Amino acid sequence: MFILITGLLLGGTYALIALGLNLQYGVARIMNLANGELLVAGGFAAFWAYTAAQVSPVAALVLVAPIAFVLNWLIYRIMLQPLVSRAKSRGALEVDSILATFGMSFALVGIMTALFGGGYFNYAYLAQPVDIFGSSYGQNRLVAFVLAAIIGLGLWLWLSYTRAGLRLRALAVNPSSARLVGIDTRAASALAFGLGGAVTAVGGALISMFFTLDASVGILFTMKALIIVIMGGVGDIRGTIVAAMILGICETAVARLIDPGLTLAAAYVLFLGVLLFRPQGLFGKKPT
Amino acid sequence: MSRTVLQVQGVTKRFGGLVAVRDMSFDVTEHQVMGIIGPNGSGKSTMINMISGLFAPSEGSIRLNGADLAGLPAHKTARLGVGRTFQLVRLLPELSVVENVVAGAVFGHRRTWGRTAELHARQLLDRVGLGGAIGLPVSSLTYIDTKRVELARALAGDPAVLLLDEWLAGLNPTELATGIDLVRSLRDEGRTIILVEHVMDAIRSLCDRCVVMSSGAKIAQGTPAEVLSDPGVIRAYLGEDEDA
Amino acid sequence: MSGQEFLKALPWVALLIAAVFVPFVAGPYWLSMATTMAMFVVLATSWALFSGPTHYISLATAAFFGVGTFVTGLGFQTLPFWMLPLIAAGLGGILAALVGMVTLRLSGVYFVIFTLGLAELVRQVVTWVQNQTGQRGMYVLTSITERDIYWMLLGLAALVYLAGWLIGRSKLGFALRIIGNDETVARHVGIDTALAKVALFTIPGMAAAAVGAMLAPRYIYIEPSTAFAPLLSFQVVIMALLGGTGRLWGPLAGVIPFTLLWEFITRQAPNQTLLLLGVVFLLIVYVLPGGFVGLWARIRRRFHQGGGA
Repeated sequence: MFILITGLLLGGTYALIALGLNLQYGVARIMNLANGELLVAGGFAAFWAYTAAQVSPVAALVLVAPIAFVLNWLIYRIMLQPLVSRAKSRGALEVDSILATFGMSFALVGIMTALFGGGYFNYAYLAQPVDIFGSSYGQNRLVAFVLAAIIGLGLWLWLSYTRAGLRLRALAVNPSSARLVGIDTRAASALAFGLGGAVTAVGGALISMFFTLDASVGILFTMKALIIVIMGGVGDIRGTIVAAMILGICETAVARLIDPGLTLAAAYVLFLGVLLFRPQGLFGKKPT
Repeated sequence: MSRTVLQVQGVTKRFGGLVAVRDMSFDVTEHQVMGIIGPNGSGKSTMINMISGLFAPSEGSIRLNGADLAGLPAHKTARLGVGRTFQLVRLLPELSVVENVVAGAVFGHRRTWGRTAELHARQLLDRVGLGGAIGLPVSSLTYIDTKRVELARALAGDPAVLLLDEWLAGLNPTELATGIDLVRSLRDEGRTIILVEHVMDAIRSLCDRCVVMSSGAKIAQGTPAEVLSDPGVIRAYLGEDEDA
Repeated sequence: MSGQEFLKALPWVALLIAAVFVPFVAGPYWLSMATTMAMFVVLATSWALFSGPTHYISLATAAFFGVGTFVTGLGFQTLPFWMLPLIAAGLGGILAALVGMVTLRLSGVYFVIFTLGLAELVRQVVTWVQNQTGQRGMYVLTSITERDIYWMLLGLAALVYLAGWLIGRSKLGFALRIIGNDETVARHVGIDTALAKVALFTIPGMAAAAVGAMLAPRYIYIEPSTAFAPLLSFQVVIMALLGGTGRLWGPLAGVIPFTLLWEFITRQAPNQTLLLLGVVFLLIVYVLPGGFVGLWARIRRRFHQGGGA
């Protein structure tokens, strides 16, 4: 039971991070390998707000989200759009965007190390335990989960019921048809990329409440988010959430029952299973 | 009586809930040109793609000289003797024109390598009328020349059956006449060809026999003259009459 | 080999012979530098043999390399040293084939992620096994000198170049060029694309594992976190791409300047190495697509056009 609940709580934040990546990959078609660094940056911002200005991480979200949105929007417009325009094929764009976002990832790690040093950082916010079903859990984990759920739900409602959301979904399904019905694909892609980045950064701020981060840990989160996206299916919100929960529970179980040093190995075994048996994602239709 | 080369029997293809091809059966006889015609979206391309191994049929069998192709990947159908061109021309941009054709001769049905393959490729390029454009980079070929190169690549493996997927589409009237002559000359040298086509002139003058598809099913079969005067076929092309 | 080809190969053979004599003229510092370069020449060239034509970006180098160092670490006391790189190469090839079979029929993104995590996966498992058995790291104390390592790597580099040259002239090489251009066409002309890719991917796997086995004595003490350091994979990618993958000599042209630059930065500003890595990545994408090979081709084209007009 303890494993299940801890896993679900962790999975909630994972889901948010993976949703951010999924928006970027599913709609803007850029596999953003600097995603984890933006997460860490979000965490840094929350850390800094809490320790330097005594602002609670929850309140800091109000600031983190728009800044991350603008930053990611600019990254797409300035750095990535030229690659999209010059790409001769989907494959060429894939290689270019992988290299470019890896470049950004390393550059961001370098910059963050220069700004904040290479050490670990964490802070105690709502660190008191609460009791559920006889076991105790950190309040901060609970708060992070609830916030992740609210933001995820908000995002889902926005995508499902607004015109802008409809545009993004159309673009995700079929870019060339989206263009035919008058959707400005560049603007919509930039919007999706910015939004995805904002969601990821918020996820980072939430995770920093209960998780010790350092400047170079981003790549680990990128990998986890990617595994979740691939497991859940590109562009599939429901799949992403389910996959995130599975990963959260699986990691917690391995850490508790076998060895905490094997969490990534556990994630990889899951990933391998998906690649072998359901490469189209948990809920994806198998092309026959 | 000529031999049957390709035999399609009871082939159905479903994409999710959508039936793209329903219970198709037809035979292709050696040295003949078989046309597959029908309105847009009637399943012609899906049918061709199942023969070449791009898709696996949901049901049914496709036999080429006795070997079942259904469900085999494309590289195996190619080795068994299926050669094809693509609806949207697909050349290899970083390779030279000659290498593009050699590509078809090395791994497929009949295989050669090295100097023999190159010589063979040059002969085929000559055969399809590319002539002087042979030394140009692929990116600066004219539209019909790209189609010629693709045809030569498909011929390079000496396929038992050649699939031409709208090979004549998009040509201007002069080019079209040249194209029709070229396909006819292939038939005259004894090739077995399946032609998916919209251009009526081409169908009339090239096809020995035709299969007409509508909404994924076969609605008529026979010589071009027979099927093109069939009321069912006319309805399928022009839409339902009010009194029909 | 025709006479013309022989003439073309001559400068390269001369370069190789010159490289053999480096240990006799270089001091310890430059010998160590030359060894590092030889190591990256093998890694980057074999990497480019696969990734150049297929456009798949492999980050599995560190995993293969780490496997190789562990082969030496576990076997150097019981087996003759010359066997170790061979065993490592065998294991690396098998591991590469397995990874290839799982991932190479999928899109490039899946491949990148999977190979990136592979080193981490192997590292975590090895660490765990060591914890279970109460081991920590391993001492590799041999009589092998830096010079020996350098010569072994040089020999391996010559082998890799030979393999690359042979593949370039073979049907496999031609098949891979077709695959890199259009995989659908490749399948339709009769190429078993999955098999071709897996076969080729075993080459960087074998080479990197052999390099790891040869270099293990240099480290003296091996532990999982250094043997499987993911940074190595990225260094290899960047050197290969900086040089360019279109030609066999491309990676070499990337290895030499980048190794010198890396050395300079690690000494002057050790905290900025990652920033450097990031900046060079971006530089390649935005300023130097195709690396030095691409640049060279553009210069030659301009020169020819200028001469012709």
